[in-house]
Amino acid sequence: MFDGLGNRLDSVLTRIKGKSRLSPADVDEALVEIRAALLEADVALSVTNNFVERIRSVAVGVAASRSLTPGQQIVKAVDAELVRVLGGESLKISYASKPPTIFLLAGLQGAGKTTTAAKLALHFRRNGRSPLLVAADLQRPAAVEQLRTLGERASVPVFSQPTDPVSVAKAGIDEARRVGRDIVIIDTAGRLAIDESLMAEISSISNAVQPNYTFLVIDAMIGQDAVNTAKAFNETLSLDGVIMTKLDGDARGGAALSVKEVVGKPIAFGSTGEKLEDFDTFYPERMASRILGMGDVLTLIEQAERTLDEEVTKKGASRMMEGRFDLDDFLEQLRQVKKMGPLKGIMGMLPGVPKELKDVDIDDKEINRIEAIISSMTIDERRNPKLIDGSRRQRIASGSGVQSHQVTGLLKQFTEMQKVMKQMGIGPASATRRHKAKSNARKGRRNKR
Amino acid sequence: MGSYSGWIMHLLFLVLVYLIAVLVVAAGGVYISRQRRSRLSTSSKKVMPAPPGTLTARGGEDEKAASVVTEQAPVDNLASVVSSDVEEREPPKSLSAGLSKTRGVIGAALSRMKLRGGLSEEFWSELEETLILGDIGLEISRDLVSKTRDAFRQTGLNSSVEAIDLLRRQMLADLEGKERSLTLFGEAPNLVLLVGVNGVGKTTTIGKLANYLTSRGSSVILAAGDTFRAAASEQLEQWANAANVEIVKGSSGGDPASVIFDAASRAKAIGADVVIADTAGRLQTSSNLMGELAKIHRVAQKAPGTLSEVLLVVDATTGQNGLSQAKSFSQAAQTTGVVLTKLDGSAKGGIAFAIERELGIPIKFVGTGEKMGDLVPFDPATFVDEICG
Ligand SMILES: Nc1nc2c(ncn2[C@@H]2O[C@H](COP(=O)(O)OP(=O)(O)OP(=O)(O)O)[C@@H](O)[C@H]2O)c(=O)[nH]1
Ligand SMILES: [Mg+2]
Repeated sequence: MFDGLGNRLDSVLTRIKGKSRLSPADVDEALVEIRAALLEADVALSVTNNFVERIRSVAVGVAASRSLTPGQQIVKAVDAELVRVLGGESLKISYASKPPTIFLLAGLQGAGKTTTAAKLALHFRRNGRSPLLVAADLQRPAAVEQLRTLGERASVPVFSQPTDPVSVAKAGIDEARRVGRDIVIIDTAGRLAIDESLMAEISSISNAVQPNYTFLVIDAMIGQDAVNTAKAFNETLSLDGVIMTKLDGDARGGAALSVKEVVGKPIAFGSTGEKLEDFDTFYPERMASRILGMGDVLTLIEQAERTLDEEVTKKGASRMMEGRFDLDDFLEQLRQVKKMGPLKGIMGMLPGVPKELKDVDIDDKEINRIEAIISSMTIDERRNPKLIDGSRRQRIASGSGVQSHQVTGLLKQFTEMQKVMKQMGIGPASATRRHKAKSNARKGRRNKR
Repeated sequence: MGSYSGWIMHLLFLVLVYLIAVLVVAAGGVYISRQRRSRLSTSSKKVMPAPPGTLTARGGEDEKAASVVTEQAPVDNLASVVSSDVEEREPPKSLSAGLSKTRGVIGAALSRMKLRGGLSEEFWSELEETLILGDIGLEISRDLVSKTRDAFRQTGLNSSVEAIDLLRRQMLADLEGKERSLTLFGEAPNLVLLVGVNGVGKTTTIGKLANYLTSRGSSVILAAGDTFRAAASEQLEQWANAANVEIVKGSSGGDPASVIFDAASRAKAIGADVVIADTAGRLQTSSNLMGELAKIHRVAQKAPGTLSEVLLVVDATTGQNGLSQAKSFSQAAQTTGVVLTKLDGSAKGGIAFAIERELGIPIKFVGTGEKMGDLVPFDPATFVDEICG
């Protein structure tokens, strides 16, 4: 929705590419864009302003270096700095010498604490631990039932009693000792940082159970208020780390930076979906490029790895490198990419795609048509489109339910793309040996059909 | 093949090359994929020129920025409206009313500014920052401030107090003339559907709304349309008990649309006025779940009675993602209004202003706590005062 920093800087800095160096005014302009990108990503204002000041000297350095791609250089520097801040010390959980190791979850209403508690429990159970969930949210209607259901799903027992949050938490620890659970995860009611009595309450829970780890659970969609919240919870509870939720949405998640800056403790986990398995270590690199709107390459890689057939992909790649990528390869790859979902979604995750392109409405039916046309060709035609004369074209057209000029159009497009590929520097490179092996493999496949 | 298909071919091709490149070198990781990225971006840029840089109203570029703004938005009638308004009314009075409502850090910061008098560059950028802190968003904040600045210049006012008042009026003008009450005038039962991302306060708001409507004489039935989240219908049931209204539930994991349909049928049978339907929280990026919501919406339209309101629940702490939420949910379910929850916290909820201004979806109610009575009709003046300090 918003322009990524890469695009922003490029559009500000392209016009000066011809110049031998950036002027101080150019640097200022770049910094204005960096600030804008951070603010649109919901990085807190004060954090943004400090961050931009830190980047200033880098930008000045780039200006002096007569770089041909100052925009890219600055983006790289900003990205690196973000990763540095977001990363830092990672959290290594050390288990209490005298079990149980106690985890306390705190946060605003609706941040996702209850689900996170169950996810954390599953995470520990899968690491060979035996967690106990404690339902200390006695405030929200049916919060206990919710945790019970989730606990069942995670095969983790849930402790609760209808007393008060402090007593439940304490009794939960006793229960864990009694039945020999080595991890206790305490879910608490959501509360506003400015609600003094509820902040006092969670402080007493903390004092009563002396947790080994206190995590602030924070929603990736939160805006400028993130700093106030993080500050208040940290002052009350002295946090050990942060868990970010709802990372499967499209929020830029600038709060990660704000909270990190304020709390100074690691962002330990990220939550990426409603299923209990959707929980993972936090990756600063991903967060950095996400905040800068540079496309989420890593998520894309993961998604691709899950859906695409590695062999098929590798084959496509070597065909490309050999400069022999033909319509048959194209068809095969197209069928794969289709499995990843709508093209527009994939585009959205690709870095460096201009906004105009991302905003174009893409009808996936069109892709089906392309697929139909190519499928109507014989294998020899796909390999060598020159074979396609008037009558063959007619046959293909009627086979795929299009006009014959559409077939011509597609062939022309494909030739053009092959040219583009060459321009992009994708082509034969000392690959003759592999080529031979591949053509043997192709023969084998042809026989199978 | 038309040029449109040509486009798609190109896109497909780029995506393909990209994916292959990324995947094959996945082991090598980010480094190589970054190289690809810059290549791709330069090659695609040949086809599509980057948008012209946006000028900004900061620092020493003042003159330039001001003139650009005037070009983009030729001084609308606001300036004149405002100036005559200001002469008639006494700014200090409305100001002290506004001041009495200020609270927190932002309020204090602004009061400082109010006392300061002179209108330096710093003043205007602090004004912009105040709006940003309220989550209104950078672009809209800039726009509001530069319009205020233009109007300020034209009216020949000279104190910061007046400038801030101008800003308030500017914002109020953006919120003017909207239908903010629930329109429950269709053939009974009138269906009210609540939608939104996870955890914003949909279920709680339903409990409050049920109470709000019954205390005004309507008979209400709740539909437990969240059949997905653990204990969601138990949660709604507790609200139904508290508000003393009937609830129609489905089985856990069942079809949400049919629960809502059943509730509407039930309401028709017993002659209830309003059905308030819960839906599971969903992120707007999940195409499956948004598809499900579109289906719920279609079924609700065909259910007995009238689908009268589709309320998007927005959490006041939400940042700029709120706009994306509003766009997607409107697309899937034609939202008719916004309920802004959790305004009892320190967040200002400025994103709801952005949503109303950009998408024209009126804010109808405000949630101010976790209890049944903590729901009030939206009042633009209070809201704007809170944001401006
Ligand atoms: N302080 C405050 N808390 C609120 C308000 N509205 C809702 N909440 C709290 O926010 C939390 C989430 O509310 P729910 O009503 O369960 O939200 P939901 O949108 O139905 O959540 P899902 O169904 O899980 O997506 C609960 O703890 C509510 O008590 C409000 O106006 N102020
Ligand atoms: Mg709910």
